[in-house]
Amino acid sequence: MSKWVAHVHRISGIALALFLPAHFWVLGQGLAMDGFLKWTEQPLVKFAEWGLVVLLAAHLGGGLRVLALEFLPWRDWQKSLAAAAAALTLAWGLAFALAL
Amino acid sequence: MRSQTFLWIAQRASAAVLALCVLVHLAVIVYAVRGGLSGDEILSRTRGNAAWFAFYSLFVLAVTVHAPIGLRAVLGEWLAWRGRSRDVALLAFAMLLAWMGMRAVLVVFA
Amino acid sequence: MSVLRVSVRRGDVWQAFEVPRHESQTVLDVVTHIQRHLDPTLAYRYACRVGMCGSCAMTVNGAPRWTCRTHVDKVAKEGRLEISPLRNLPVIRDLVADMREFFDKWARAKGQFKGERKRSDDCARVSPDSEKRIFADASIECIGCAVCYSACDVVAWNPEYLGPAALNRAWTLLNDERDTQQAARLRAVAGDAGCLSCHTHMSCTDRCPKALSPTAGIAGLKRATLKAALRGDL
Repeated sequence: MSKWVAHVHRISGIALALFLPAHFWVLGQGLAMDGFLKWTEQPLVKFAEWGLVVLLAAHLGGGLRVLALEFLPWRDWQKSLAAAAAALTLAWGLAFALAL
Repeated sequence: MRSQTFLWIAQRASAAVLALCVLVHLAVIVYAVRGGLSGDEILSRTRGNAAWFAFYSLFVLAVTVHAPIGLRAVLGEWLAWRGRSRDVALLAFAMLLAWMGMRAVLVVFA
Repeated sequence: MSVLRVSVRRGDVWQAFEVPRHESQTVLDVVTHIQRHLDPTLAYRYACRVGMCGSCAMTVNGAPRWTCRTHVDKVAKEGRLEISPLRNLPVIRDLVADMREFFDKWARAKGQFKGERKRSDDCARVSPDSEKRIFADASIECIGCAVCYSACDVVAWNPEYLGPAALNRAWTLLNDERDTQQAARLRAVAGDAGCLSCHTHMSCTDRCPKALSPTAGIAGLKRATLKAALRGDL
């Protein structure tokens, strides 16, 4: 289980690292915000946004797992942190989906 | 060994900072989307706001540290890219993120 | 009597065998049957055959395990078995892995005890209840079977990585208050080749036949190197 959380953590990290320059570029354009926001209304963009939030939540969940394993005193239950990380991801993705 | 250890420390430290920043950022985005804020409404709240300017600058700084160090492991382990050239490339990526990130922060918050 | 369809990795090819299936049969029994009755040229390792020495470690249906402690019933889905040598190690022949690199890394991680007392000195007094001794005792039972080393993805991805067993041993020695080369040990396990490259996949802990947790020891090493680096001792 931990292995898959770690892989998701890595893949989501790569995806986010590739996404960020594009994100910064778009924001830095100083486009008339409304025109830009209209573009983001499209379903495909909404889906991509949801995907990004899930990636972010997955990466955060996996990251918190790593920090807990490395810095908190060792306990066997920490193995189930992997499950908690997955749950956190799902929760955030759903919350965002509902908010859209 | 010492420099590699400091990279590891920087990665964990920036991760802790980002954990907080990301939670705040997600909350803000959900608030804005839910609230159906228009572009002008968003900018009227962000422009000239020193507190948010500082927050997002810290966010950009943490990302500039965290992302390249993360990619360093991926490049070394999955592409077998090690040595000086990898570190130079990652430094360049860090500079790119810093520049583009601060430009975005200035546009939205200054 | 039913039959097992066994695929054995030999160099670049898989060789198929049909082995009679028995009750209470281990994978080691299967390999032994093949070598004794079907193909005497098959090379493999074992010694105690009762789960104490770790010599019989191989990859069975994709996972590293002790073949003498693996009942066929537990792993043979639909009567099929795939047996290959341990991953991440060079192969000498057939199912026999070359363990030299595994033990070289053990040495590089300063996995040897070094004390300063002489024969004429009194015995060291180490309280079994001390925190350090509890940590050491929890990880001390490693017999160097290389199952964890085989299971580790980082070992597969990074040829320099010392691996879970070597780091686990370094951790037990770090917690040995009699040992005198702690500074050198920390330096040996810091960095890209050492504990800092562990990504907590926990495959080692998952697969260890002695239920040890190298991940826990490696986490301890990470904290120790952090402290040493911040103090300027690294």
